[in-house]
Amino acid sequence: MLKVQGLFFRYKNINALKDVGIGLNKGEVLSIVGPNGAGKTTLLKCILGIVKPVKGSILIDGKDASRMKRLNLAKCIGYVPQASPSKFPISVFDAVLMGRRPYIVWKPSKKDLEVVADLLKSMDLEDVALRDFDQLSGGQKQKVLLARAFAQDTDYLLLDEPTSNLDLKHQMEVMEMISGMVKRKGMAAMLAMHDLNLASRFSDRMVMLNAGKVFCTGEPLQVMTVKNIRSVYGVESEISLSNGHPYILPIRPVDQ
Amino acid sequence: MILLAVVIFGAALIALSQGASSVGFKDSFAALFQNSGLAHAIIWKLRLPRIVMAMLVGCGLALAGAVFQAILRNPLASPYTLGIGSSAGFGAVMAIVFGSGLYNEYLIAGNAFFFALLSSFLILGIAKLKRSSPETMILAGIAIMFLFSSLSSLFQYMGTMEQVHEIVFWFFGSLSKVGWKEISIAAVMILLPCPVLLKWSWDFNLLSAGDESAKTLGVNVTRVRMLGIILASLITAGAICFTGVIGFIGLVSPHITRMIIGGDHRFLLPASALVGAVLVLTADTLGRTLWAPQVIPIGIVTSFIGVPFFFYLLMKRTREYW
Repeated sequence: MLKVQGLFFRYKNINALKDVGIGLNKGEVLSIVGPNGAGKTTLLKCILGIVKPVKGSILIDGKDASRMKRLNLAKCIGYVPQASPSKFPISVFDAVLMGRRPYIVWKPSKKDLEVVADLLKSMDLEDVALRDFDQLSGGQKQKVLLARAFAQDTDYLLLDEPTSNLDLKHQMEVMEMISGMVKRKGMAAMLAMHDLNLASRFSDRMVMLNAGKVFCTGEPLQVMTVKNIRSVYGVESEISLSNGHPYILPIRPVDQ
Repeated sequence: MILLAVVIFGAALIALSQGASSVGFKDSFAALFQNSGLAHAIIWKLRLPRIVMAMLVGCGLALAGAVFQAILRNPLASPYTLGIGSSAGFGAVMAIVFGSGLYNEYLIAGNAFFFALLSSFLILGIAKLKRSSPETMILAGIAIMFLFSSLSSLFQYMGTMEQVHEIVFWFFGSLSKVGWKEISIAAVMILLPCPVLLKWSWDFNLLSAGDESAKTLGVNVTRVRMLGIILASLITAGAICFTGVIGFIGLVSPHITRMIIGGDHRFLLPASALVGAVLVLTADTLGRTLWAPQVIPIGIVTSFIGVPFFFYLLMKRTREYW
């Protein structure tokens, strides 16, 4: 279990995170939702150790993440960034192979290569395996980054808006790959999400952040209410049920 | 890679056989292993040191360039554009002028390294302080380059005739004055960091995917960057301190290599070192033979050969490399 306790973070003079506490259990998909600037990305970066929180602790299976070495942390948590600036041309295969970095000493072993080949096969990326990463479409790039994180073979997976900028089909594919992998391997995924409908459809639990604080948390049906959306997003909405998942139809912004 | 090795071997043989005094191809090869005669002296005392040094310098500059480009994630980075070349040069000039007349190899090399490090840390410091973009780093580097060039000019202005002569020679870049002692110092400075850099080539690849991704994949980004810059500065100083400023190689060899074999640093690093070696060696051989017995300084010839070749590759390339 990944546990975030009493997390505070400041950017210069803005309190980006205030006393955030979240638990992530194995086998579950957890979505972090909230308006722009609510602290979703910051929260992920704190957990990953990319930025250092002012206060608070992150426990991974009971171990303090801030005391772990980068390499060991990389064996526990995988990360799919929002955008990957790749300036050097690199083949898709090599991009995914990067995910094996924590296990490679001098050169990739046979197992590393097998893991990557299997992933590419199961994710329908075989055809583009030797193409340059830069030449792929946005959807394919996202899949490659996802494959890289899967290749890292971690118990926990953090994703920063994995579906933004993707077309409908790729959105579905990416979300299904994530939830499929979580269920199959018993890992846990934490997603920062903008699309409330996608989030509520694919997650087991949701956390709603507002101005750096946890506003509410629970199952999608408990979190996605007309009242919550009005007070956090400032938007009037209608919520209907489709297949047991809440479906949010935004109507108009409200003046607060 | 194998092809490159063959090319460099061939180039070295040709370089060996060409020169102001006409010792033929066969003779020169024979003289390598004979222990007497004029040919032997020419080969062992004049040509071979030159050739070995040319290859070392080419290797060093190209390698340093590739490392800087990877670490700063910037296609414009090179020992020269970052001002590290000219500050190492300044260090060497300072040692020549203030070395109280004695020509001390260790002093020159040490001083060059010191100033190379100084300017690279200056750039790193600016980068850290202002979280600056790669463009700012290059601008800072160019500013540093000008600063140290003018400082060197100042010394030149103050120096005696003899010193000035030495300095001017130095600025054109010249392989004329190297002996085996200089070679061994430079070799240590250039070759020692190589295994470490090769081990890190994997991490350099990851750095190109962005700092954050690299961190989450277990790379100690700060350490790789700091030590990488130190090692690349050491290599730069080693390459420059006895031969002067040879600008173009460090920038261009990695790009040429990238266009030919792609951007994987596991192959890019050794291959650009070889490309650099071939370039400098060819340039030097041409410089010696074109106008024999006059020798055109290496720094001038490298640009004459390297620039058109680079333009050619730029025009011909089919995909975007940066």
